[in-house]
Amino acid sequence: MSQPLAESAPLRAPLEIEFDYTRSLGPVLSQFMAALAERRILGARGADGRVHAPPFEYDPMTAEPARELTDVGPEGTVISWSWMPDPLAGQPLAEPFAWALIRLDGADTAMLHAVDAGSAAAMRTGLRVRPRWAARPAGGIRDIACFEPCDGPAGAAAGAATAQDIGTERTPGMTITPVRLRYLHTASPGESAYLRGLAAGRLLGQRCGVCGQVYVPTRGTCPADGVTMTEEVELPESGTVTTFCIVNVGYPGQRVTPPYVAAAVLLDGADIAFQHLVLGCDASEVRMGLRVRAVWGEAGGISHFTPTSEPDALYETYARSL
Amino acid sequence: MSADVAVVGFAQSPCRVREDATTSGVEMLVPIFAEVFRACGLTRRDIGFWCSGSSDYLAGRAFSFVSAVDAIGAVPPAMESHVEMDAAWALYEAWAKVLTGEAEIALAYGFGKSSGAELRRVLALQLDPYLVAPLWPDSVSVAALQARLGLEAGRWTEKDMAEVAARSRAEARSNPDAQVSGSVTAAELLARPYVAEPLRAHDCAPVGDGAAVVIIASAARARELCERPAWISGFAHQVDSGSLGARDLLAVPSAAGAASAARAGSVELAELHAPFSHQELLLREALGLGEDVAVNPSGGALCGNPMFAAGLARIGLAARAVMSGRASRALGHATSGPALQQNLVCVLSGEAS
Repeated sequence: MSQPLAESAPLRAPLEIEFDYTRSLGPVLSQFMAALAERRILGARGADGRVHAPPFEYDPMTAEPARELTDVGPEGTVISWSWMPDPLAGQPLAEPFAWALIRLDGADTAMLHAVDAGSAAAMRTGLRVRPRWAARPAGGIRDIACFEPCDGPAGAAAGAATAQDIGTERTPGMTITPVRLRYLHTASPGESAYLRGLAAGRLLGQRCGVCGQVYVPTRGTCPADGVTMTEEVELPESGTVTTFCIVNVGYPGQRVTPPYVAAAVLLDGADIAFQHLVLGCDASEVRMGLRVRAVWGEAGGISHFTPTSEPDALYETYARSL
Repeated sequence: MSADVAVVGFAQSPCRVREDATTSGVEMLVPIFAEVFRACGLTRRDIGFWCSGSSDYLAGRAFSFVSAVDAIGAVPPAMESHVEMDAAWALYEAWAKVLTGEAEIALAYGFGKSSGAELRRVLALQLDPYLVAPLWPDSVSVAALQARLGLEAGRWTEKDMAEVAARSRAEARSNPDAQVSGSVTAAELLARPYVAEPLRAHDCAPVGDGAAVVIIASAARARELCERPAWISGFAHQVDSGSLGARDLLAVPSAAGAASAARAGSVELAELHAPFSHQELLLREALGLGEDVAVNPSGGALCGNPMFAAGLARIGLAARAVMSGRASRALGHATSGPALQQNLVCVLSGEAS
């Protein structure tokens, strides 16, 4: 008799996601970013004569394109600020700093950036600030490492680290933004039971009390009926390939060399197939109805499925699970 | 024409940090679907259109809303849609479906597990992707810039902000779904430290997990499902520029515009989606709410702000006030984006037009 699902707390684990957004800049921002590399800041003059810095492509009020791009600043005035006592990952400074809306000289709108003021007591609305440039331009807004008070000493070349952080040399017309997000991922009670079962060499499913279908992995809620499932079912490690595809394309992080087979495997006694690898034979030998069994990995869990010597399953036995 | 559709049901999960909940929302949604179906005498097969609001960035995985479909029981197939926004906008889509006659009964739901990630940091990704998001300005810091502008312009004081928080917590004592509640004075709150000067913890909505569901129906069905339907007499949403430094952060033209388009007029009760204390003050003014309007009798978002569900819950709570007879005309408001960039107003009335 297996342990009821509810008696174990859900499994949780850190989940870190990293990806780079690579974006084309378009005509206005390309010029803006190119100017940053020359340590200049551009604003856009609209039809009403007002200068927006940073520049717009189309005026947010009139939808007219920019009349001209014009140099602003690089010094400016703080029009609002807030204090960040514990900087978060990815923010411009690792030590406490101010976020500020800064109206650059010659501009009518404000720019959001960080000010390295040292302490909240040193910040005030009206403070005059100047950009601290990154040592190595990377083609993005972070070519301004931060702003600093005009009446203070010039900050060290802290910008070098920023450029390295972005991890790329400048490509005209493009900008790359690395995104790193951290989560504490929680598996559902059903998923947790399934994963604990795998670690113990067992395959667990659940039967819906309404439609009677057996789902594997356990998933908590019947997707057909929208009800919580409570009856646990232990399944054998044998099953049938209902359908499959041959993976011929390589990708970063791939663990098996193409060509190989990803198949929908219907475990004996289950109503819903799940996806797994079929290895141990030539990809061309895999077919609908092929009988397979689980091969357990050394670290726990199923490594893949492999063909058995049984005759193929009759189509009728798995047709309703396709 | 718009009064031909009414809210007939609402349910929400308690807003809590739910260590057991997944980002797919299923565990939070199944019980509230059952609750709202029971109250309306409906089954899932009566729903002609489903629409959800949630976020992949919050969930940390692609197409996370597809997993939530487990909770609706999509066999046979259901007509279903999704917005990557607060589910108040999902309700707007559902309303259009009923207005156009494509569905008689529609259900909107929203869910968010805000505690699974560093919420204020995740929300940086809603900012301009070229000029702002690469700096990772967090949502609390951005709101703090707006708060200071108002403080220094003499529009409000830190005490005014603390009084909003204290009143909200007092109201929330009678709301079992609230995450934060209690009796505290503004002076006590002002003695506490800043988290992002000029904001203190009480000025910011708590991070919590939750879900909400609203059912709407055509005139033909609404009266049989609900003794006193909350008729939607106006429903509109508008957006301001995404450029934080180019818009006047002390005006909320999109909120005023949405209220005007929804013909809000005078209401007795308003549930405002103000995740920061000063934003309630801004919204009261933009929406023209006088002292006689009961604002956030639930405690509001300052006492429970489940991401992507809290705006829908505001509409649901305003509708509940009408359905129960506590108000004859109520307003539900939802916001999205940084510093009240996008605003939605739904006006609910006890009288069909």
